[in-house]
Amino acid sequence: MYKKDGSNLVPVPSNAVIPERDINDMPALECKNLGITFGGLHAVENFNLTIGRTEIAGLIGPNGAGKTTVFNLLTNVYQPTTGTILLNGMDTHGMSTAQVSKAGIGRTFQNIRLFNNLTVEENIMVAMDNSMKYGLFDGLIRLPSFFREEKKAHQRALDLLHIFDMENVASHRAGSLPYGAQRRVEIVRALATDPKVLLLDEPAAGMNPSETADLMANIRKIRDTFQIAVVLIEHDMNLVMNVCEGLCVLNFGRIIAKGSPAEIQKNPTVIEAYLGKSHTNEGESQAAVDAAAEEKSEGSAPENTKETRKGGKKK
Amino acid sequence: MKRKNTNKYVSFALVIAAYAIMMVLISTGKITRSMQGMLVPISAYIVMAISLNLTVGILGELSLGHAGFMSMGAFTGTCAALMMLESVPNTGLRLGISMVIGAIFGGIAGFLIGIPVLRLKGDYLAIVTLAFGEIIKSIFNNLYLGFDKYGLHFQLLSEKGIKLEEGGRMLIQGAMGISKIKKISTFTAGFILIILTLFIVYHLVESRYGRAIMAIRDNRIAAESVGVDVTKYKMTAFVISAAMAGAAGALFAQNYSTITANKFDFNTSILILVLVVLGGLGNITGSIISATLLTILPEALRSFATYRMLVYAIVLIVVMLATNASSTKIMIDRLKARLGGNKEEEER
Amino acid sequence: MRFLSFLISGLSLGSIYAIIALGYTMVYGIAKMLNFAHGDVIMVGSYICFFAMMRYNLPPVVGVLLAMVVCTVLGMVIERTAYKPLRQAPSLAVLITAIGVSYFLQNAALLLWSSSPKVFPSIIGNGKIQLGELTISHVTLLTVAICLVIMFALTWFTGNTKMGKAMRACSEDKGAAQLMGIDVNGTISMTFAIGSGLAAIAGVLLCSAYPTLVPTTGSMPGIKAFTAAVFGGIGSIPGAFLGGLLLGVIETFAKAYISTQLSDAVVFSVLIIVLLVRPAGLLGKVINEKV
Repeated sequence: MYKKDGSNLVPVPSNAVIPERDINDMPALECKNLGITFGGLHAVENFNLTIGRTEIAGLIGPNGAGKTTVFNLLTNVYQPTTGTILLNGMDTHGMSTAQVSKAGIGRTFQNIRLFNNLTVEENIMVAMDNSMKYGLFDGLIRLPSFFREEKKAHQRALDLLHIFDMENVASHRAGSLPYGAQRRVEIVRALATDPKVLLLDEPAAGMNPSETADLMANIRKIRDTFQIAVVLIEHDMNLVMNVCEGLCVLNFGRIIAKGSPAEIQKNPTVIEAYLGKSHTNEGESQAAVDAAAEEKSEGSAPENTKETRKGGKKK
Repeated sequence: MKRKNTNKYVSFALVIAAYAIMMVLISTGKITRSMQGMLVPISAYIVMAISLNLTVGILGELSLGHAGFMSMGAFTGTCAALMMLESVPNTGLRLGISMVIGAIFGGIAGFLIGIPVLRLKGDYLAIVTLAFGEIIKSIFNNLYLGFDKYGLHFQLLSEKGIKLEEGGRMLIQGAMGISKIKKISTFTAGFILIILTLFIVYHLVESRYGRAIMAIRDNRIAAESVGVDVTKYKMTAFVISAAMAGAAGALFAQNYSTITANKFDFNTSILILVLVVLGGLGNITGSIISATLLTILPEALRSFATYRMLVYAIVLIVVMLATNASSTKIMIDRLKARLGGNKEEEER
Repeated sequence: MRFLSFLISGLSLGSIYAIIALGYTMVYGIAKMLNFAHGDVIMVGSYICFFAMMRYNLPPVVGVLLAMVVCTVLGMVIERTAYKPLRQAPSLAVLITAIGVSYFLQNAALLLWSSSPKVFPSIIGNGKIQLGELTISHVTLLTVAICLVIMFALTWFTGNTKMGKAMRACSEDKGAAQLMGIDVNGTISMTFAIGSGLAAIAGVLLCSAYPTLVPTTGSMPGIKAFTAAVFGGIGSIPGAFLGGLLLGVIETFAKAYISTQLSDAVVFSVLIIVLLVRPAGLLGKVINEKV
């Protein structure tokens, strides 16, 4: 499916693949031997990944595989025990989360984290804080720079909200919005920081199929408009297989497979991780993955129960 | 957005109207002495409540030592005013300068205590502010400060080592505090300080600084993830809040002839916190109203004489239960629903 | 020798703080609230014991037991009437209510028992033990001994009894505890009861060491003990003991070697420094928010 964009995945150093069109640019993100240990437990280990400048990549894997931990490492919420992260060639080691954001990583959260008591517009304007040029004093005594910058930010917030056609809720309290809308506001807020890489943590969770379809289109639109890389964690296989150009599968904190969606669908290790060991027959397992993808695309809320059921098949 | 703006104009209108009414009553002599004597303390408490609301309601951090900043401002501001007796004969100007100095020292204290405070969370932060208030009290209780033509002389614990030149005077005498203060605080000065405080707080809240501060309150991790420098903004809110408290302290102190460090103890910090919570977290107009009512209430309860503080305590508990208990909450919600669209009014 | 005698009196004072701090820390652990009225429960306990001994000439043991019963009941009544309705309310509302209860107790005591100071009788006489140059009063020994007994008893109680386990379960996760069939309200009530009962003992010990009894007797030790609880890591029972003992020792040394008047400033400065190094207190666990 990645061929739709007319770009093939090509190998790059450090055993990674990125879309062909990005091969001449500096990768947006490069992780080398990234790892973190929590009290003896290797939550993430030997994580190597390269994301092309305008790539849409997916990070998938069973629950508890360490996907969100990778995001937390990338944004320096956790300081990695080993390895380096290069953002546009720049080592982010030792930076604070805020500095990483300034350096160009925007993210959303699995459990939505909006500023609930602020309006949608204010939520987005907070994210523009670093690009606004007026000081404390200018704000207190209301110098012309205050009005100029505020007006600019207001306009930009509305422009960004337009991506999701959400200008009409700009003055609503963020906490009062329905679930799906809150997820979208989070994406817009992350975009407002002018990121080079956008990390989306389960953007389709809790969305109905038509919302998910819109989201797919919008993720592509965001990439095309802003020319940025998008990395998403998602359990909705339909979305993942349709939108992502490259996929990285994580299990027990380790990468078990990398490649295009088509390759991943055929990869026996991945099938094993998702479905258990007994499926040795190629054809059968392929069918099973397809079935899983179908099943999952229905929505990810009952995810847990399905996972358990599949786990049961193991023996 | 809209609600905030209306609230802002209500605050200003309320303060200006109250000031105008009071001035008319004073000039026509229709106001009791005791009431007139309370105008400056009320103004000071209003500023204290607004400034603490900035920390507790808007920044979302519990502070149990706000009286410490008031103390800082009261002592430094009053000392400054006493030192300027000759050089600045105009009382209004002298009061103004002393409030600015009180604010500066309050702000410095806020910055210093902000360094440890900002590393901590929740109740640990609260206990450090409490500790800070006690430290300030303890230091001022044991500080001896004198002033003569060679400048300031200070010593801890006793005044024995302080020898002042001809014409010098002791400013702070340990637990006796500062005595023979010139009572230069006026209601008009209090009014100006309130207006200034409102101006600063509202303009702060409606600027990128205020947005960032409230974002940190609502979700610190998300705020960091969009590049908000949490320490910087927390410190900004904390220092501004402390500086305003310092100015209020300078105003408050110069309403009396004597001031001691024990006036600004833990109970004072708690009293101010009560004002903020009763007025509503983040609700500036509420702080103004509750500061006014709760400063008058003990006076109004004078007829109960011995029972007044007991009644005060009961009123406090009952109000908290009535506004926060789950059972009464449901009743209030129903009432609101019946009243229809008047929710805005209710909230105030 | 001077050092040793200061250390011992510091440990004695610290034991009192530790017993009071327990009340704070247990209630905090389970109800996640700062019970500011706790210091005033101490004061009530002291008055009850005082009147039992002085007015009704009851033996000290009966006085202490009576004080414990009254305080236990008082603690439960306060919890039921003032705090229980606010279980879902924001923590600040509960804090202010606790302050209201504190004012109430102080002013009720003022009305009932007047503000004139009462001289608390010694509960075990003024006996002393002479160990070489070292003099230790019986009260000091008793205080430290009682503190140790309480520490071991409580550790055993929370670790081994059904109620103790229920308490720990409730402090971890009230919802889950309720689903497992634990009576959460009863457990919280029980915690208040134990904390208040201990407060009565602390009150009697406090007044035996510092015999002036007024309606505000409990406030400052209350604040100090609260500090001690935070110092050791609030919510942790061993932390409260460690914090209490350390605070008592630091305070006594500050009084002896630095200055009596500045001892509070020293104590609180040490607290700030400790929290800078260990943001959750000495034995507290730093709980990071899950992202």
